[in-house]
Formats: sequence, C-alpha cells, structure tokens
Amino acid sequence: MYKSFQLLIFQIIIVLITLISSLAFSEDLRIKINSGQVEPLPIAIANFTGEDGGSSEIGMQISTVVSNNLVGSGQFKAIESAAFIAPPTNPSVRPNFMDWTPLGIKALITGSIKNINNQQIEVEFRLWDVIAETDLIGLRLSVNSRAWRRVAHIISDEIFERLSGDSGYFDTRIVYVAESGPQNKRIKRLAIMDQDGENHQFLTDGSFLVLTPRFSPTSQEITYLAYFKNEPRVYIFNLETGQQELLGSFPGMTFAPRFSPSGEKIIMSLAEKGVTDIYTMDLNNQKVERLTKSPSIDTSPSFSPDGKKIIFNSDRGGTQQLYIMDSNGRNVKRISFGKGRYATPVWAPKGELIAFTKMLKNKFYIGVMSPDGSGERLLAQGYLVEGPTWAPNGRVLMYFKQEAPIDDGKSASVNLFKIDITGFRETRIVTPTDGSDPAWSPLLPN
Amino acid sequence: MNKKIIAIIGAVSLLSACETASQKVVTGTSATSGSASTSSSVDKKKSLFAAAKQTKAEKLIAVGDRVLFDYDSAKLDSSAKILLDAQSRFLRANTDLNFIIEGHCDERGTREYNLALGEQRATAVRDYLVIQGIDPERIKVISYGKEKPAVVGSNTMAWSKNRRAVTIID
Repeated sequence: MYKSFQLLIFQIIIVLITLISSLAFSEDLRIKINSGQVEPLPIAIANFTGEDGGSSEIGMQISTVVSNNLVGSGQFKAIESAAFIAPPTNPSVRPNFMDWTPLGIKALITGSIKNINNQQIEVEFRLWDVIAETDLIGLRLSVNSRAWRRVAHIISDEIFERLSGDSGYFDTRIVYVAESGPQNKRIKRLAIMDQDGENHQFLTDGSFLVLTPRFSPTSQEITYLAYFKNEPRVYIFNLETGQQELLGSFPGMTFAPRFSPSGEKIIMSLAEKGVTDIYTMDLNNQKVERLTKSPSIDTSPSFSPDGKKIIFNSDRGGTQQLYIMDSNGRNVKRISFGKGRYATPVWAPKGELIAFTKMLKNKFYIGVMSPDGSGERLLAQGYLVEGPTWAPNGRVLMYFKQEAPIDDGKSASVNLFKIDITGFRETRIVTPTDGSDPAWSPLLPN
Repeated sequence: MNKKIIAIIGAVSLLSACETASQKVVTGTSATSGSASTSSSVDKKKSLFAAAKQTKAEKLIAVGDRVLFDYDSAKLDSSAKILLDAQSRFLRANTDLNFIIEGHCDERGTREYNLALGEQRATAVRDYLVIQGIDPERIKVISYGKEKPAVVGSNTMAWSKNRRAVTIID
C-alpha cells in the first residue's frame, strides 16, 4: 500500500510589476460571460522572448500553453502569430499599438524569459489593452525552469481574471480513476494530471480497486475509497509523501468521502447492517459524529462552501432525491422535486448552485439547480453521465461519460468530459486510458 | 408474472455460473498437479485443501450461490427465499466453512448509491441466513456496487443478472 512517491512542487515567487500607464481599460475589452454563448475576444499572444536557445524554447512553450488555456475557455480567440505585423517585443517595452489594431486584436500579451542560473528562470509578462493603449497587468515570476507549465497556467489565470472579471481555473489539477481491462474485470488506478491533461501520473498500481477520489482544500491530499485487502474503506492519500492512510476504524464500509471546506473534517457514508448514514470525522482528534439516522440510504454528502450546510442524496422518500441539512444534521429538507431520480449533489465553489446527476427514463443527465431547488437546468446527457465536479471558479463542470456496452462485449469506453455551465462546449479530456470519477482541485497554492 | 420472469432469469444465470465454475476447476487441477510434483507435503496438504474447497465451491454453485433483485430494491422475493433455504442447508452441512456475501448492482445507478444498495442486498441475504440458524460469525458481507457486473451488456436481461447477491466461500 505504501509507495515512495513525490509530486514535483516548486516554489514560485510572484512579483507585481508597476504598470506603465494607469488609464482605465476600454469597456469593450471586458467579456460578458453570463449571457450564454459569447463572441470570443480576439487576442494576440506574442511568443515570450528569450536570451538564448533554451529560454526562447521555454518562451515559445509558455505562449502555446497560455494560448491553449485561453482559447480552450471559449472566451478568447487567438489571432495566428503568422498574421502579426510586428515581431514580439519585450514586456517592458510599450508596443506600437498601431501594429495590432488592424488585425482586430483587442488585447496583446507580451513576455520574456531570463536565465537566473542553471535552474532558475525569471518570467515576465504584460497584458496590454490595444484599444485604450494601456497595460493592464504585469507580473514577474521566479521559478525553477522545470515548472514552466505552472508559470504558463498562473499567467493564464491572471489574464482570464483581468479580462473576464472572474477568477481563473488553469493552475489546477484533476485527480481521477484510470480504467483498463474488460468491463467485468476492470483495473482501476488513481491518477493525477494538470487540468489540461499534462504531467499525468498514476498514484496507485491497480492491485486493488479505487473509487471516487476528491481533493482537500490545499490540493495536497486526496480522500478516496479503496478496496485494500478487500475491505472497502475511506483512505487519505498524501501527495507530498505518497503515503496512503486508512481513515478511522469502522465496523462497516465507509465510502463517498469529501473534505469539509476547512479541510479539518471528512464527511462520508458508513454502511452497516443494511443502513447507510452520513458521518463526519474530525482529522485533528478522530472524533466521529453521526449526522443522519434514517433506515434509508443517505449518501454522496457535500458541504456548502461556508461549511454551514450539507447537501446529500437519500431514498427516504421512496426514490433517490436531493436533501439539504444543517452541518449538525438538523433541519433536513428535500430540494429536488422534478421527474426522475437525483444523485451525487456537489455544491458550487461560490455556493450559488448545486450540480447533480439525474436519472430519467433510462437516460442520465448532468444538471445544476439553486440550493433552494429552483431553476433546474440540464447540461449534458448520455447513456451514462455521472459525478460532476466544479472548476474552482464555478464556470465549468467535469464529469464522466460511459458509452453503452456492446452486449457480451469486453468493454464500454468511459471518458472524462467538461462542459461550460452555460451548457455549451462539451469537450472530452484526453487521458492515456479510460477515465472516470474526476475531481477538480482548487487553484494550487503558490 | 414479474416474479416468474425473475425465476427464469435466475435459472439462466445459474447455468452460466456453472459454466464458469467448470472452467475454474480445470485451471485449478492443473495448478494443483503442477505444485504437487515439485513441492513438499505441506504444500500437498495445502493443495488438497484448496481442491476440497474448490469442490465445495462447485457444490455451492450447484445448490444456488446467487439471488436476484428488482431494480433499486433489496427485497428478497419468494424464489430468492426458496434458493436461500437450500443454501442455508448447505451452509449448515459445512460448519467448517465461512462465507462472504457479495452485493452487486446493475450499472443504471450512480456509483455511491449503488455501493449502499449492494450492501443492503448482501445484508438482506445475510439476515435471512441468520434467521435460518446460520451463525452470523461465519458470514461477512461486502458490497461491490456496480463495479463487478456478472454480465456485460446494455439490456434489461444483463442488468437483471447483475442485480444480485452472491454467496462465496471465504
């Protein structure tokens, strides 16, 4: 069970650069995302300049990742660099805006890479409002050159935040269950990757079944269900040490774990003698608290971001529906009243929505509703779609989708997908093998 | 009407279970003869024990190792109870053996809910066997939810065979 394992975590020092001009930026630069499908904002991402071959290569790669992130969000359109009139400039130099306006470009990103020593580089970038002819942000990041991808994600988040008015979600990771083998003898392994699929690593070797991994608020631990020695129990995986630790000692199966927003507790289900209820365990003092006491199935609990409420699903009313209760288990109230069964509720990072899985007439759906149960919207559907997880800014959901298995066939493909909460732009996340049970990390700590 | 269909499906799944069991026996004996020719008497005893266990497992399958459930239900119907009556006679006749009851679900439910439902199904079987006089100390339950389908397929026949509780020798 224990494996020596370490994910590379580099310290990144970020410094704000003083802006050259302090004019307000032009109104037409701000993207309005809430109105559904938006007209992507045309931007230019110049290749980050370098001092030599190595740093120029890193500069080009950073520009590419920034471009992929921003374009992938659906909010931006990157103008081909072949169309650029002017060569890339150093971010400390005020560009000639006349070179960019004819291309219809509204925002320009320039950057540079400096070698500090063998390992450290200094990345600088500036975002320019081409219309108002002013700079909007500038950052200088000192980092190990091997962490250039994270630098690209941090820069993408800064640009996204400045132009969309919403926080970014690029400097994040996905933990999920990598699947292989025939459907009735599936091998499942924990795996982790950057939000864009890069830096993929397996965390477990497939010798035991693992399910439903979820990140801690610091993104440094993962709680999940493992069938280690054929006893299904909740474990915690520490990403820094690679250690996997059994959570508590319970007489029955513990499952459906999630961290509380403070990271101090795990909320989960315990199934014993045919009864499944919801419990919390305090990670500091191991204190266990039972929150529901119904003879029905109460599972898939998820805390509200302020930690005061819990949403879960229960079949106490006959079929699976969504219920909300206080964090001490009081004031249980059903919130889902639509047709069908509702499951796997997850509270949005900002609290305004609940994402869920819905089953209706042999179809599965991913949807969202308000915490009071109003405003249900279905976003994705399929033979089987399940287990939504929120991007930290609450604008994108990831989930998994399984195709219908061919009768007596060996496998049915299962893949990770993401979709904007507007319901547009469903995109498959490419993984080395099949994948399910994704969980999106919060923005990584610097 | 509904129950009749379930009973028929039960019989079909028993047949298919027998097929897989006989395949298992073939691999079992070849492994046994292989190890016996090369190793000590302790290993021989072990392999003899394994072979005996194998035969018992075969017998359990012949008696009926699994019961099926309706969609989203952990209720034992009358055909399930008849099968479990026979199963409990087998368990009583083999006091040296312990058992694991595995609860399973079809794939038409969400993962976590199905883990709970599988536990309910396994527990329903366990409780019935305990009422029939089987020592609860001899029985363990485990739920696999929808993780280990008996039949792969996207039709009602496959799903009904996957909604099951299977008794195996520990």
